[in-house]
Amino acid sequence: MNPRAESLVSKERVVRQVNLRKEKAAVTLLSFAALITAAVLVFVFVYIMARGLAAIDLEFLLSSPVKMGREGGIFPAIVGTLVLTAVSILVAAPLGVGAAVFLTEYTREGWFSKVVRLGTESLAGIPSIIFGLFGFSFFVIYLGMGWSILAGALTLACMILPTIVRTSEEAIKSVPSIYREISLALGASRWQTVTGVVLPQAAPGIATGIVLAIGRSIGETAAVIFTAGSSLRVPHSLLDPVRTLPVHFYILAREGISSRNAYGTAAVLLVAVLLVDFVAHFVVGRLFRGRGGER
Amino acid sequence: MREGRYEGSASRANFKIEAIDFSYFYGELRALKKINLRVRKNSLVTIMGPTGSGKTTFLRALNRLNDLVDNSSHSGKLLLDGEDVYAKGTDVGALRRKVGMVFALPTPLPMTIFENVAYGPRKKGVSSRAALEELVERSLKAAALWDEVKDRLDMPARQLSGGQQQRLALARVLAVEPEVILLDEPTSGLDPISTLRIEELMNQLKRSYTIIFVTHNPQQAARLQGEVAFFYLGELVEFGPAAEVFTRPRDKRTEDYITGKVG
Amino acid sequence: MKRSQNERVAELTLSLVALGSLGILTLITVFIFKEGLPALKEIGLWEFIGGTRWVPSKKIFGIFPMLVGSFMVTGGALAIGIPLGLGCAVYLSEFSSPGVARLLKSMIELLAGIPSVVFGFIGLTVVVPFIRTYFGGPGFSVLASSIVLGLMILPTMVSVSYDALRAVPESYRDGMMAVGATRWQAVRMVILPSARSGILAAAILATGRAMGETMAVIMVAGNATAVPESLLDPVRTLTSNIALEMGYSAGIHRQALFATGIVLFFLVTVLNLIAHAAVRGGSGR
Repeated sequence: MNPRAESLVSKERVVRQVNLRKEKAAVTLLSFAALITAAVLVFVFVYIMARGLAAIDLEFLLSSPVKMGREGGIFPAIVGTLVLTAVSILVAAPLGVGAAVFLTEYTREGWFSKVVRLGTESLAGIPSIIFGLFGFSFFVIYLGMGWSILAGALTLACMILPTIVRTSEEAIKSVPSIYREISLALGASRWQTVTGVVLPQAAPGIATGIVLAIGRSIGETAAVIFTAGSSLRVPHSLLDPVRTLPVHFYILAREGISSRNAYGTAAVLLVAVLLVDFVAHFVVGRLFRGRGGER
Repeated sequence: MREGRYEGSASRANFKIEAIDFSYFYGELRALKKINLRVRKNSLVTIMGPTGSGKTTFLRALNRLNDLVDNSSHSGKLLLDGEDVYAKGTDVGALRRKVGMVFALPTPLPMTIFENVAYGPRKKGVSSRAALEELVERSLKAAALWDEVKDRLDMPARQLSGGQQQRLALARVLAVEPEVILLDEPTSGLDPISTLRIEELMNQLKRSYTIIFVTHNPQQAARLQGEVAFFYLGELVEFGPAAEVFTRPRDKRTEDYITGKVG
Repeated sequence: MKRSQNERVAELTLSLVALGSLGILTLITVFIFKEGLPALKEIGLWEFIGGTRWVPSKKIFGIFPMLVGSFMVTGGALAIGIPLGLGCAVYLSEFSSPGVARLLKSMIELLAGIPSVVFGFIGLTVVVPFIRTYFGGPGFSVLASSIVLGLMILPTMVSVSYDALRAVPESYRDGMMAVGATRWQAVRMVILPSARSGILAAAILATGRAMGETMAVIMVAGNATAVPESLLDPVRTLTSNIALEMGYSAGIHRQALFATGIVLFFLVTVLNLIAHAAVRGGSGR
């Protein structure tokens, strides 16, 4: 090799080495960013659990608060959260899945589906405090429901509707079209095809979306605090006010009522939400797959 | 297309299916060009032709599955038992129960073997368990699958082999008690032995059903006997008894196709 | 025929249901405006938006400090959340092993589920004291809010930009590597530019989330109604203004809070529309 070519080659090698060094630095920085993101989750979990677990026992879970929550447990808030979430899902799930079925199975892409989709997306971007304002003025005042489970649940339902529509839509779209063709070719109607083949196939995806929506409902504060109220009593009807776990926790923490009970409540809330999300992401799919290996 | 070249021996009333100047369009694209074709009741017609010849479009027009495609339209007439399948007020569900279809790839519905076969009858309104069981057994027997699956009807149909799945698809169609059966390259995903079994079945079934069998394989068309229609680029080039078409093709394009020069 | 009748009923019902989101959106608009417009009329739009004092007891309603507050806090959150989130997404999509990527993606999905009150509480008990000790001031501040919000928008930022990065065809990467570029050069020169509209959408969605967040901000912002002069000053956002005073407000005061909601609604809707356009522009190419 002549000297000139040799120097060119070595120059190239130097450039390459500089580039590799730059890459190394960049990857270090990037992995650091990833590490921080993961660390946030771990930190929040450990921090709350380390302080909260001590406050939790059966009595804490099953007794009513005493002195505005300074002492006693969180039973009414647990009941309130469960009932509110259940009602909101019962309202939003059929509506959301129905809307998704219509968008995917009954309309061709056109102005109608575009408008509906834009509406759903816009709704998804609206801050929860606006839902709170709306629920307060519409359900609580205008429809005269007062602060109640019903008003809170309907407000939550409006809020989680876009999540359910979007996840269901994706799940339905992922069902191979050959199944629809087979069903239709056997003389089944569109609706029979939807219920007979499409929805069963899309069920895991739809269920994941609904469970995620449950998680959002459980953790929501701003939309609930002005619509469901903050009563510390165990509700007896849908028109009774309730205080949910996050609202209870917020009041305890912000007003410095009892940090022990605040941590305890936070721990219960966090475990509930993370458990639900965990189920949504990692269990639901497997559960359905286990049932006869149909996917 | 040379009109009326071949009509068979049957009188006009015996034609189960009749296409009269039937064209089909996807948007601007003309997938079928003035097809004229008559299929006698309880006969087997094999449609052969290369990819893009319009064979599948013709099948999917017959049971109106092409309605699902955006922007599709037709002209001319397509008669089933003398009535235009595209006439206003046609009950598409009833039409599809009368004209069953087996698709190219073996695809069981995501349910048990039993439920696959019972699916059509159930949607038709058959709900008694005894009637369903009877139908399932009869259909599976007619599709020559009964002996292989009678002990495991509650297994997911996915666990069957490809050939079995395709016979299951046939049983699924038979359970709806159709009069016409359309098969869209049903053996394209199968091994030679499974393919032969399907072909044998066709020869049994043509006694009680009108069968239209689409294939891109001329040898298969020859093996199936019956009548052969050759589609090429949306046109019906030639139509006649298999023996005639394969030994004395009238059209150069047919000859090229069956001798493997075009494909 | 009964069957086709059922079909028609199903289709009609479903089409009505599909209009549900749109109906709710309309109802929200109508009711927020119905309650808020009288206040805007009485106070005057410019006095309301430009007014620097908020004294409900004297019926003085100016949300300029909250507008500034919302923008400062959101800006701060983006300054933290975008580089961290994008960095994390690039790492996951381009450099990490599949196992690590799967684990981190799962963790980020769980992170997205943590309720905002819990984030607020961590801010209150960890971030605020930290700032008070090491930077001075009350601790309740623009900085504290920015940090908390910056972490809260991470999941949105990471998952949306991750999807955008994964959508870049594999051949682009291979092409760059084939001409001897390092992976990092490929990222900088080809992959990031190709994914830019998706990354933009991620940033806009994250902006919307930061601007709309309420409970976490209330707990760490200090909520003073003056325009903050430094990052260490307390601040009140549009959202916290509503949540703090809704409980006991009445009359024009309540209407002024709804009017605050109108302003927030307007800002967020504009952001949504931009994000929608960005996503579509991205996929349209």
